[in-house]
Amino acid sequence: MPFVNWLKRNLVVIAGLLTLAYLLLPNIVVTVFSFNKPKGRFNYEWQQFSLDAWKDPCGVSDLCGSLSVSLQIAFWATLGATLLGTLIAFALVRYRFRARGAVNSLIFLPMAMPEVVMAASLLTLFLNMGAQLGFWTILIAHIMFCLSFVVTAVKARVMSMDPKLEEAARDLYAGPFQTFLRVTLPIAAPGIAAGALLAFALSFDDFIITNFNAGSTVTFPMFVWGSAQRGTPVQINVIGTAMFVVAVLFVLVSMAVGNRRNRHKA
Amino acid sequence: MSTLTEAPPPLAPDATGPKPPKRRGRLTPYWLLLPGILWLLLFFALPMIYQASTSVQTGSLETGYKVTWHFATYWDALSAYWPQFVRSVLYAGTATILCLLLGYPLAYLIAFRAGRWRNLIMILVIAPFFTSFLIRTLAWKTILADGGPVVGALDTLHVLDVTNWLGWTAGDRVLATPLAVVCGLTYNFLPFMILPLYTSLERIDGRLHEAAGDLYARPWTTFRKVTFPLSMPGVVSGTLLTFIPAAGDYVNADLLGSTDTRMVGNVIQTQFLRVLDYPTAAALSFILMAAILLMVTLYIRRSGTEDLV
Repeated sequence: MPFVNWLKRNLVVIAGLLTLAYLLLPNIVVTVFSFNKPKGRFNYEWQQFSLDAWKDPCGVSDLCGSLSVSLQIAFWATLGATLLGTLIAFALVRYRFRARGAVNSLIFLPMAMPEVVMAASLLTLFLNMGAQLGFWTILIAHIMFCLSFVVTAVKARVMSMDPKLEEAARDLYAGPFQTFLRVTLPIAAPGIAAGALLAFALSFDDFIITNFNAGSTVTFPMFVWGSAQRGTPVQINVIGTAMFVVAVLFVLVSMAVGNRRNRHKA
Repeated sequence: MSTLTEAPPPLAPDATGPKPPKRRGRLTPYWLLLPGILWLLLFFALPMIYQASTSVQTGSLETGYKVTWHFATYWDALSAYWPQFVRSVLYAGTATILCLLLGYPLAYLIAFRAGRWRNLIMILVIAPFFTSFLIRTLAWKTILADGGPVVGALDTLHVLDVTNWLGWTAGDRVLATPLAVVCGLTYNFLPFMILPLYTSLERIDGRLHEAAGDLYARPWTTFRKVTFPLSMPGVVSGTLLTFIPAAGDYVNADLLGSTDTRMVGNVIQTQFLRVLDYPTAAALSFILMAAILLMVTLYIRRSGTEDLV
């Protein structure tokens, strides 16, 4: 019976770890299959260990080109959405004004809308305007759907901020600009950074909206989508694995830095 | 629009809000809002209006489309594609329930039982976001491959017999069946369930659990009467964040399914990008949007949490 009791006590832990395994299983498969040497065009069956793809990640035509397109779009979309979103977040938290409710719903709606609906409606707009689909239409769309997420992230941080700190700065004869730069911005920075990171991840990974509004421009997700039909090069797995490792390292490092800073304060 | 440039009315005395700066203060929020809101009006609201107009147009690509208030498109679209609508709701609903069942223990584990492993588990939940979700969805093709270990295990355990009988799988295949699509949907939207659940669980005061224990509540009773009700905001926002995108998704149904598992998203995508029948596609996406808004409103009413934003 001790085993049954142990099982009972740790049921949540076991179930949680199983879910974690379910979440990570595809990542493990992606990593393992980045060392595969597939026979046909598709990399779905294990054949033979090989380092070929790791030695030559850009060996497939268009892959690194699409990666660079995605990085550029994600960079500009992050910049645009973070800037516009931070301004909106400050307006919403710091000021009472008419139309506040309407603004709140306009921010909320893009997050509550299925992506395919937004994608299709943007396409009708662009078609009606006779816009050339490509880099710019993708960028416009990405800034649009990242905006709400940035606003939410920054809002959460600014809301928890003590307005007395700014009052104190003013009492110490700091001008409005100086107060903002030396007090407000540094306190809001983690929220802005979280929003920017989210925007980057969302933009870089977006497929549905891009698929509708890309024209002949190929982003990395579009390349992967196409490869699911034409044949999947192993290099896709290499890039997927590298992205995962870089993300984990990035988070670990930023946490270590944060920890050290906290300890420093204490 | 005009409210943005108009001078705002005198501010009502507000105890909670900080006092606006003295000069130019009244217009400041509007200047802050202007660029972002303009962007959303131009590229979110205006496209919706264009789409509404497209859905009541008739014509062809060659002769051009004209608004003829042809509402029959809606009816035609609905009668032609109702199976895909039903399927979307069923698949997304199943995936949402599965996400809740799978995600709750993990969120609970991170919030209360992980100890010093908390950050690591959190990273492992978020990090897959950074590997393209298409790559990860394609990995399910390998995992669920015909004759692979998962299919083999399900077959040995006679699970496949049951799922075949239910119509979830076909023969000794899992790929290209509803089961594969629901599995992919569940997988893809699970983090959207875990994160809000975790946020609301983490806010719960641990002393409430002790109090319940002191009052002789057994763990299950504590969970049922204390923990779960307090996590309701997380459950509501988690289910919405899972259901809405899952209902509109076409990637999973396309990569892991077959022609028998097509969802509304697939139809909209095909009509828009391949068939180029814009009115039908626009009508379909409006029906999808309306259906989701209706369901979400009813759901939020029932579950009684209004403050989601």
